[in-house]
Amino acid sequence: MSVSTAPGSGTFPCGVHPPEGKSFAKDCPIEVLPTPKQVRIATQQNVGAPCEGLLKPRQEVTAGEQIGSAEAFISAPLHSPLTGAAAMAQAVTLANGRHMQAMVINASEEPQPLEGQALLDDVYGGDWPLGALEQYAPEQIVDAVKTAGIVGQGGAAFPTYVKLLRNDEKPIDTVVLNGCECEPYLTADYRLMVEFPQPILAGAILAARATGASKIYVGIEDNKPLAIETLQAAAAGTGVEIAVLKTKYPQGSEKQTMYAITGREAGPGKLPSEVGCCVINVATAAAIARAVVRNKPLTHRVVTVTGGGIKEPKNLLVPVGVSCQVLINYCGGLTDDAERVISGGPMMGFTMGNIDSPVTKGTSGLTVLRTSDLAHTTETNCVRCGRCVDVCPMGLVPTRIALASRNQLWDLAKQYHILACVECGCCSYTCPAALPLVQLIRMGKVSMPRD
Amino acid sequence: MSNTKPTHHVATSPHLADAKFTTRRMMTDVLIALLPLVIFSIYIYRQYAVQQILTCVSACALTELLFSMARGKAFSLRDGSAVVTGVILALTFPWSTPLHVAIIASAIAVACGKMVFGGVGMNLFNPAMVGRAFVMLAFASALGSVGYIGDDGKTVPNPDVAMPWLVDMGVLPKDVAQKSTEETASVTAVSGATTMSSATPMGANKKRETAARKGETAGFVTKIMPLVIGTHLGSLGEVSAIGCLLGGLFLLIRRTAAWQIPLGMIVGAGLIAAILQAMDPSSPWTIGHELCGGALLFGAFFIATDPVTSPLTSKGRFLFGLGIGLLTMVIRKLSGYPEGVMFAVLLMNAIVPLINRWTIPAPFGAEKKA
Ligand code: SF4
Ligand code: SF4
Repeated sequence: MSVSTAPGSGTFPCGVHPPEGKSFAKDCPIEVLPTPKQVRIATQQNVGAPCEGLLKPRQEVTAGEQIGSAEAFISAPLHSPLTGAAAMAQAVTLANGRHMQAMVINASEEPQPLEGQALLDDVYGGDWPLGALEQYAPEQIVDAVKTAGIVGQGGAAFPTYVKLLRNDEKPIDTVVLNGCECEPYLTADYRLMVEFPQPILAGAILAARATGASKIYVGIEDNKPLAIETLQAAAAGTGVEIAVLKTKYPQGSEKQTMYAITGREAGPGKLPSEVGCCVINVATAAAIARAVVRNKPLTHRVVTVTGGGIKEPKNLLVPVGVSCQVLINYCGGLTDDAERVISGGPMMGFTMGNIDSPVTKGTSGLTVLRTSDLAHTTETNCVRCGRCVDVCPMGLVPTRIALASRNQLWDLAKQYHILACVECGCCSYTCPAALPLVQLIRMGKVSMPRD
Repeated sequence: MSNTKPTHHVATSPHLADAKFTTRRMMTDVLIALLPLVIFSIYIYRQYAVQQILTCVSACALTELLFSMARGKAFSLRDGSAVVTGVILALTFPWSTPLHVAIIASAIAVACGKMVFGGVGMNLFNPAMVGRAFVMLAFASALGSVGYIGDDGKTVPNPDVAMPWLVDMGVLPKDVAQKSTEETASVTAVSGATTMSSATPMGANKKRETAARKGETAGFVTKIMPLVIGTHLGSLGEVSAIGCLLGGLFLLIRRTAAWQIPLGMIVGAGLIAAILQAMDPSSPWTIGHELCGGALLFGAFFIATDPVTSPLTSKGRFLFGLGIGLLTMVIRKLSGYPEGVMFAVLLMNAIVPLINRWTIPAPFGAEKKA
């Protein structure tokens, strides 16, 4: 194994070690979900401005056609994953609790242009011209990523093209690919790295071309040796380096990954670009490659359906907009002791009130926990043990912020840097008094007066 | 209807919790860590130690029960904090403490030290120290007339009458009746001094230092080994430096106690002791005596580390420990009391909110202010 030359220490301060839970779906190869009858494309799937739906009822659409336009700077257009016909727009509730309009598309009776293995090959498979990416000019790459509607697939769903823009005042010299997938249970990125390293690397190289970066690192936690090996082999001769990082939560949080690999810190409110880095999730990188090389928009993604509460955990390639219920059914349904369905992983995911919510571009997985997996301690007073302080990767004093939020002491909350909290959940995870720290902080951030 | 809190209908992330680490486990850890001291105190003081510990634990638990009932709250004894307070309190008393004093101290500790603030987690002062301070001021003679730990033969019943085994163990000089200055296993006699054989090392040394200032000789200096092992007179749990270290180490390894606090305390006390020793190199009372004697180690590992009444951040914890260490030495040397850990802890408890405010850490990656 080659030793990485990454200047970072390979890890970050604080953090926790929750149960990994990866074994449920770690060895399940990516499967293609059979074409669903219907998809509902929510009009706001990204951080930033919503899209304007372009579909009229009964309008025919073909797979890949643009169906939502984005005018704002921080926004991303939408595309139909299916060939079919539009139905009346519907109101949907996303897993994160937000209500919005969604465009409804019913799949055509005829088979889709691409289905099954052919679809998988088209999205991630086949050959990727790793050695011939110079043909794409930076502006061309940014443009392709923008029109393809790519947003970060690690969960934050920030429009990706914005990260690729050059900035002469703060030039970007390093592209960091985030393959940590530190969130317990989720294995979508892992499968992608093991099965399709090529588009990931192609995306990384394209991102470096767009931003003008000269160094490319892929950060992977050391609990994923197969992914490390596969990418190392695939990256030989490309100049992309694999940085092996310590397995610790939240290693995959943008600022933590960047610090672990490059040693650079982006303080509260600062973006990685301000310290010369462009941090992209591995699945996002694959989407970049597909957009640039194959000229295809982001319409599908890999979603892990996992946990002890699901009968047959799987990693599925699914169209954006498909109902989570369809995914669960395809995985054999819930077990009798299934207690909670979470969109995302157990540390940062949202409890789904309604499992009929549609998958969005940012949906990384569905985790179904059993009663026995869940935290069952009852809340007591804060015993001021300081454990939350010891684990907070952002160096905050969670107990103070949480209690200030609870008592609406906004000045105090600000003094303790409430806005620097990334809601990683380490503090709540570790709190012996079972205080809902993150929940209180999140509430505080929302209800705090803006200034 | 049950009086449980309303449940959160929307369960938010994180959906997992570190089940290994709960308030209850922290309290159990402290009890385990106290075991060596409990065993040692029973080994030395036998039934007197057992009696003292049982009294304090039951009085603390009962007080907590009464308070919870009076306030109609769910009984909070489950978290074990009342038991911990009881054991710690018992270990800070000399064996001879009258039972009614122990009971009053326990009641005050739990009632005024904890429950009036709203229960575990809400109190500003260390409950055990609140109880201890109260009876020390109210029943000074019961705990020894000279203050913290008695060295007055009149108020502390002659131990070798009650506990003949103490002489065999070398805790007491053989020839107590004559109140001689004879050298024993545990005592280096200061020539010409008339000593109370039932004095504690801290008390005896205080007496020696006070007398020396007046040009007289009194008191004695205990040898270092008995201080380390614990074969000398003193409060039940404070006597054995080894026992304190053993239990303390366990707490640090389990990360139930924050290491910065004992470190700060030992550094603080050690610093002053070192300066004193440098100023008077010939003094038989050394830095080792200061650190192993009295309640310093017990306080460092078991009292000051009470999470509720100590700061939240590493820096804050170190400063807190440092403050206690320094204050302890100031009290030991400049006041009429031979020991100062208790008051030092209470004083520093009072400024914990301030320490927390001074030590708000800079968030990850934030530009460090120059
Ligand atoms: S971990 Fe929980 S109990 Fe400990 S200080 Fe933080 S909020 Fe309080
Ligand atoms: S305060 Fe915020 S950043 Fe810190 S551990 Fe808690 S959730 Fe994570």
